[in-house]
Amino acid sequence: MNEIVEGFSQAGSLIVTLNPDLLQIAALSLYVSLCATILAAAITIPLGGFIHFHEFRGKQALITLIQTLYSIPTVIVGLLVYFLLSRSGPLGFLGLLYSPEGMILGEAVLIFPIILGLVITALSGISRNIRDTIVSLGATEFQSILEIIREARFAIMGGVILGFGRAISEVGVAMMIGGNIRGETRVLTTAIMLGTGMGEFSLAFALGIILLAISMIVVILTKFISRRYEV
Amino acid sequence: MIGIEAVTKKFGDSEILKKIDLTIQKGEIFTLIGPSGSGKTTLLRLINLLDTPTTGKIVFDGTDITDDEKVRLSVRRRMGMVFQKPAMLNTTVAENVASGLKFRGVEKSPIESRVQSALDLVGLPDFSERKANTLSGGEMQRVSIARAMVTEPEVLLLDEPTANLDPVSSEIIENLILRINRELHTTVILSTHDMIQGQRLADRMGVIMDGRMAQVGTTNDIFYQPFGKDIARFVGIETNLKGVVKTNDRGHAEIETGGAIFEAITSMLPGQRVALYIRPEEVTLMLPESGSKKTSARNQLFGTITGIVPFGPFIRITVDCGSPLTALITRRSSDELGLTVGMTVIAGVKATAIHVLPDTS
Repeated sequence: MNEIVEGFSQAGSLIVTLNPDLLQIAALSLYVSLCATILAAAITIPLGGFIHFHEFRGKQALITLIQTLYSIPTVIVGLLVYFLLSRSGPLGFLGLLYSPEGMILGEAVLIFPIILGLVITALSGISRNIRDTIVSLGATEFQSILEIIREARFAIMGGVILGFGRAISEVGVAMMIGGNIRGETRVLTTAIMLGTGMGEFSLAFALGIILLAISMIVVILTKFISRRYEV
Repeated sequence: MIGIEAVTKKFGDSEILKKIDLTIQKGEIFTLIGPSGSGKTTLLRLINLLDTPTTGKIVFDGTDITDDEKVRLSVRRRMGMVFQKPAMLNTTVAENVASGLKFRGVEKSPIESRVQSALDLVGLPDFSERKANTLSGGEMQRVSIARAMVTEPEVLLLDEPTANLDPVSSEIIENLILRINRELHTTVILSTHDMIQGQRLADRMGVIMDGRMAQVGTTNDIFYQPFGKDIARFVGIETNLKGVVKTNDRGHAEIETGGAIFEAITSMLPGQRVALYIRPEEVTLMLPESGSKKTSARNQLFGTITGIVPFGPFIRITVDCGSPLTALITRRSSDELGLTVGMTVIAGVKATAIHVLPDTS
């Protein structure tokens, strides 16, 4: 128990003293997870719309597959993306292995199914009545898809926040693609792993608390922005 | 304005609409009436081009509606539709009303004033910034009407617009529909299962029964001269008697039913089997002791009261005059006459109030 209490006080002092190592690690965590979330959302929202609004063979099977991939182990995603990015892999020429950009790609792949699945669920939650009303009001097919996505925005935002949460909190992809290189690819979760391994439990707790604090700020800001700009 | 030619609509194996033919004239209020599930909503959805007919075709103002989405969109944009359950976009009232204009690419500045005048029209001028989903059912339905009318449609379609509303809200909506038709000259097609509403609003009516257009005509045609038993029952004709024409003197016939003789106006010839339809509000009741008050009602039948059932401000009284007759009278009349079950009364019916059809059963 002592470690937890100490963790809180250490977290406090690390923040108050603006420890430069910590700031760098926290900033990288935020940068990687935010970029990964934006990248994944930018693809999954239109793709989810496309899947939802089109009838095709195997649609239900595809949705089941997407939902199954919610549970894909992070280490497996890490391994897959590692092979992709490794020197002999198909994307090896990009030289992204052990770089923050490689981590962004890995995290984006990891959270892709979650956001995609939740976008589809959010769109299915919009009633037939609303869809008919929008079409009846003279919307083109494209306008009605946009309008329905707008109607589902809060549920979609929920999926995006969940994706962000998984990206910032996972350690498998960050470790395998980033490699936990100090000053370059070390993020909060890999630093926590390292601290735990070295027996510095209160430091590990302190970093965990900071991670949650960052997450809380992101969630609050998201809510604030979505209230401000969309009625 | 709109021509519906031999339109059939199937969902899976069930045929919801069966060879509907109908012409809607420019500027009229046309009411579709019929029991729930008879196909009214399906027909309105076809007219609004939300669905496509299985067979048959729809012509809008001379344009043949094809499968081409471009044609369908441009025609759909000349109509507005109000659904039974108002669906509000999760935003402000003003944004809701503006949506049809936005879809049509109208610029921002005219939108604001048009939204305001649409809200003025429905009597909700101060509702712009309210959240649409917090309104009452009646207010939502008025916003739906504003949202449909803001684009100045040539045709306004309303699917049971007052079915879920209280009487006060219903009256507001009915008056609004009349104003829209009279002042803006919008053609209105409205479905309802409420005959009184149909009668109040309609220039012409179409009765849909089990997917078929059973009768089209003026409200008088349908209320007083229904084509058959099902329509008669649906439009509130309670007395339906079978009989045989005994004599016919230039259209003024005597018809014998089970135990009584009725005088009615018909061209049916003596010997023909006929059905008589009498609206309950056309039957008057008199006490025998009131003496021989002269009346113009040709039919005066002695009978015994067999049932008294309150019906809103009215009382529905069944009288056995050899044949059963139903009268709808006010509570006050019933109280003044002191009517009770078992009493003997004289039921009066004008010859012109009896609708005579050939008996097809």
